[in-house]
Amino acid sequence: MEPRPRSFYVLSAFFALFVLFLYGPTLTIGILSFQGEGGGLTFPMRGVSMYWFYDLFEQQAVGDIWGSFRRSIILGLMVMATTVVVSVMGGLAFRKKFAGSGILFYLIITALVIPSILVSLGVGLLFSQSGLNVHWSTSGFGAQLTWTLPFGLLIMFAVFNRFDKSFEEAARDLGASPWQTIRHVVLPIIAPSLIGVALFGFTLSYDEFARTLLTAGSYNTLPLEIYGMTTNVTSPVLYALGTLTTLFSLLIIGGFLALALLSNQRKARAGSDAGKGV
Amino acid sequence: MKKLLENRNVTGWLMVSPLAAVLLVFLVMPIVLIVIVSFWRATEFSIIPAFEWDNYAFLFGSPVTYAVFLNTFKYAFITWAFTLIIGFTVAYYLAFHIRSLTWQVALFLLCTIPFWTSNIIRMISWIPFLGRNGIANSTMMSWGVIDEPVEWLLFSDFAVILAFVHLYTLFMVVPIFNTMMRIDKSLIEAARDAGANGAQILWNVIIPLTKPGIMIGTIFVVTLVMGDFITVRFMSGSQSANVGRLISNDIALLQYPSASATAIVLLATVLITIGILLRFVDIRKEL
Repeated sequence: MEPRPRSFYVLSAFFALFVLFLYGPTLTIGILSFQGEGGGLTFPMRGVSMYWFYDLFEQQAVGDIWGSFRRSIILGLMVMATTVVVSVMGGLAFRKKFAGSGILFYLIITALVIPSILVSLGVGLLFSQSGLNVHWSTSGFGAQLTWTLPFGLLIMFAVFNRFDKSFEEAARDLGASPWQTIRHVVLPIIAPSLIGVALFGFTLSYDEFARTLLTAGSYNTLPLEIYGMTTNVTSPVLYALGTLTTLFSLLIIGGFLALALLSNQRKARAGSDAGKGV
Repeated sequence: MKKLLENRNVTGWLMVSPLAAVLLVFLVMPIVLIVIVSFWRATEFSIIPAFEWDNYAFLFGSPVTYAVFLNTFKYAFITWAFTLIIGFTVAYYLAFHIRSLTWQVALFLLCTIPFWTSNIIRMISWIPFLGRNGIANSTMMSWGVIDEPVEWLLFSDFAVILAFVHLYTLFMVVPIFNTMMRIDKSLIEAARDAGANGAQILWNVIIPLTKPGIMIGTIFVVTLVMGDFITVRFMSGSQSANVGRLISNDIALLQYPSASATAIVLLATVLITIGILLRFVDIRKEL
């Protein structure tokens, strides 16, 4: 190997600073959430305790943290499942270059770039003007899909752009029906990317704020609840909640990444032995 | 029937129908409704169907509007410049200085994980840093750089831009890294063989080939910043305004027609900006 140029060390330092910039603040509130009972929102630490975590489990004066947490998880799972199914179907459909696919593609881009408050305002108006009540599982669900579906579809486009169509042709030549081709050939090959789509679907929904603001109705999701707390809670309990939900996110991300790694390994093991002289 | 199912237009639309339905109900219809409502009239308690240009006349007649739009562009431009420089440098380091694919993937994931956590928590997490008695102030005081706490760290334009850069640099890193990974390494070798130095390779080979990634990152960052209302409200302590906050204030006062008119002007501005940027890149080819 050729020796590292000097720029490597400069850029390494830059990268380390960038990672510190990304994670530093989150780690700080992680530390501060163990603030002692009399401690405030900044350093110094007045002792180390679990006080603020216990406080979260007590009856809250305002809001309903655990209810909103439960709603956010259910909504995240709903959005995740829908995003995976709809994105795969959409990705398969877009390969056919059907009439009107261009317009639909621009709609997807519009959904991606439209300011989130427009979705919130528009969906809220749509429901109120048609006499429906806004609710996190109907209007909130739909509003979040306008954000997660474009990401899911972009991933599917990227996957199918790199997809080797000869696998499908081989399946067809061997007499597989279109459904069998998809079920036994296409889906297993794209499975690891579907884990990625699911990860986007769940986490983007779980953390979404702007699109649910006017569409969640009277029952808050967790980000709305946390935002409400920022205006009237000025104790480290806010940090404790932040730390817990970040840990939960990291757990989910870690789970998905492990799943992706496993399925990649399985694919490598069960892969074709063509050309390997077996 | 069988013949119908062999037509790719029919099967295509059948498979894409759930997507089309979601986009129709939750994107197209809401936008159409916002356009309609922007012509309505508002009283203190209700909104009344009408067709009048009053909301737009008021919007364009008010000097506040121009100041707020200008501020929105200012945020977008400054954030764009910072995220581009930082994002490009990080992507360049990952793509060209890290030699094993495993490490590239690992470090890339390290950069993307925060994207999957809560934005609001990430904004809140600046409080202990920037506050009056925060880490930044106490560090600078102990170093003797300043004598008394600086007040403008939290709840200021500085904090807003800092939070934007913190939240959105990932949107630059990912597309730029993606394009860089697809640059044929032999082109760089060819440039070196032909006598180019590092800076020349960067300027004449890598940057031109990375342009599509830069454009996609730019589209993300610019639209996210222009459409934002929560970061500006939280990080400026309600002292600064952008168009998103103008809209959300109207909504809070139940002035839906005027909120709608502002929203339509914002949407038009964003779409025109995107339209200009899309002239430089074919997104479908870049995926």
